[in-house]
Amino acid sequence: MTTTPTESPEAATPPPGSGPVTKTAQAAKVPQGHRRLLTRRDRLTLGLMAGLPTILHVALVWVTALASIALAFTTWDGIGFDSIKWVGLENFKELFTNNPQFWPAVQHNIIWFVALILIPTPLGLFLAVQLDKQIRFSRVYQTAFFLPVVMSLAVIGFVWQLIYNPDTGLINSLIGANEPGHYIDWIGDPDLNLWAILIAASWRHAGYMMILYLAGLKGVDPSLREASALDGANEWQTFKNVIFPTLRPTNTVVLVVTIIEALRAFDLVFVFNKGAEGTELLSILVTNNIIGESSRIGYGSAIAVVLLVISLAVIIPYLIATFRKERQA
Amino acid sequence: MSTIVDTTAATAAPKERTPVRPARILLHVFLAGAALAWLAPLLWALYAAMRPYGETSEKGYVSWPDKLSLDNFTNAFTQSDMTHYFVNTLIIAVPAVLLTLFLSSMVAFYVSRFDFRVNIFLLLVFTAGNLLPQQVIITPLYRLYLLIDIPGITMSGKLYDSALGLVLIHVAFQSGFCAFVLSNYMRSLPHELTEAALVDGASVWRLYWQIVLPLCRPAMAALATLLSIWIYNDFFWALVLISTGENMPITSALNNLSGQYFTDPNLVAAGALLTAIPTLIVYFALQRQFVSGLTLGANKG
Repeated sequence: MTTTPTESPEAATPPPGSGPVTKTAQAAKVPQGHRRLLTRRDRLTLGLMAGLPTILHVALVWVTALASIALAFTTWDGIGFDSIKWVGLENFKELFTNNPQFWPAVQHNIIWFVALILIPTPLGLFLAVQLDKQIRFSRVYQTAFFLPVVMSLAVIGFVWQLIYNPDTGLINSLIGANEPGHYIDWIGDPDLNLWAILIAASWRHAGYMMILYLAGLKGVDPSLREASALDGANEWQTFKNVIFPTLRPTNTVVLVVTIIEALRAFDLVFVFNKGAEGTELLSILVTNNIIGESSRIGYGSAIAVVLLVISLAVIIPYLIATFRKERQA
Repeated sequence: MSTIVDTTAATAAPKERTPVRPARILLHVFLAGAALAWLAPLLWALYAAMRPYGETSEKGYVSWPDKLSLDNFTNAFTQSDMTHYFVNTLIIAVPAVLLTLFLSSMVAFYVSRFDFRVNIFLLLVFTAGNLLPQQVIITPLYRLYLLIDIPGITMSGKLYDSALGLVLIHVAFQSGFCAFVLSNYMRSLPHELTEAALVDGASVWRLYWQIVLPLCRPAMAALATLLSIWIYNDFFWALVLISTGENMPITSALNNLSGQYFTDPNLVAAGALLTAIPTLIVYFALQRQFVSGLTLGANKG
């Protein structure tokens, strides 16, 4: 559960009238001056300052990501390096054609994303718009909606089990489905469990989206709203035609955050039913290869590579756009 | 989500520019109701946790309580040795937060104050790394942690199953986000500040430690709050990289507790709520920091 670093264009662009030209000219010039003033020792310090964190990050994140790719083309039981054998595309072939869990997992990851973008995201936006009206107790309401975001997804899983448990859960107790023979198995039934988990996931996601949109709304120029009111637009028209278009940078962030959350989804499912029938996810399949009995490293890596490819397809264009904007500013 | 329909009607009402009172009241009614509904799962957990198992198994969960008590909380706390797991989490989270801030602020300083060619590339590497799903790297990482022998430093003699191993991966992973946020923040500081000091012969380290870093205090506070909560809440890394129950941080220990006590949901509810308490305290105490940290990345703060 991580936020996405981004840059909204209006933040990156200096406010009008602050003399953007001189500022950028200066920023471009001064560092050069810095560089000339650096002693050898300074250069060494700088090298270490950037080098050490980079080595740690690259070694643990990128080298292992590359190792995942390499291992995906091998079989390895993990005992000794000499048991590593190159098998080409075998792992992928087996994954795509012969693994009954793979395609359901892909499908569930997609459903996860679609559900998050269709329900909690608009809900978060709606709540943000209401809370942005400078009403009293706004902070109290915000806190209530935001509380789940602060909690561990594992804890959220346990809390929602109290609601879904077939015997003792709130829902079945309320509707009288907690008698043997009448059970509705929210956690075990493959037709229900994914949706049950998605409600818990949405519960958390809406608060997160609300905070992102509230921050976005704070950046909206109040004069826009006034102008729109003067033109006689009602609240919905103002939102649709004036406010929402200015939230574009926030929408981009929200989209990327949601895709990444959908790809990362794991904790809730693991706590609920360990990704058993009905709730398979790519992340669960990878993890089961490590903590399950079977240690098929090459095969597990192949699933990780699928996850990596999908992630990079989102991350790379997004970062390119973000950094290009930043450079222009 | 029928609620959406309810309130668009309520909020779209005032066509006049001066807000009409009834609309405001309706909005409050809606928000208060929605907020209460939002808290319902937590309140339900609290209610369940405050009732003894015997009573609920006899009368059912949806029933009037004979007596509410904190017994389940004390039981969960003592029977599962929660103090021990809280300490484990502390041993992981405190160094991880401090090291992440320290290392990422150095990278941020480097890329934001000096105009080297690799800057953008370096920042891209860090930021992209932070966006990857953890499972992409876990298989080789797990093997790597089993391979690296560090006798004497950790109980297991390896990075695997050690607090050190968890600290390292948290730092490596989270520094991507922090480097990005801090570099944006540092770029907004006037260049004259450091330039003047450099002309006066101050070393680069001094610029970083005595001039730039103190100015970054607001951003660092926001990130520290965010990191504490994220690292505290981590479930996945500990699940895979820690094998001994003894070494587990609180969130994964809770997973064991629930396995052990699955017949007593009330006790599990108490354990889950106890686990959530530290994050709730941090959040209530440092709400502003947390929220600004979260949006620092999304909208430059």
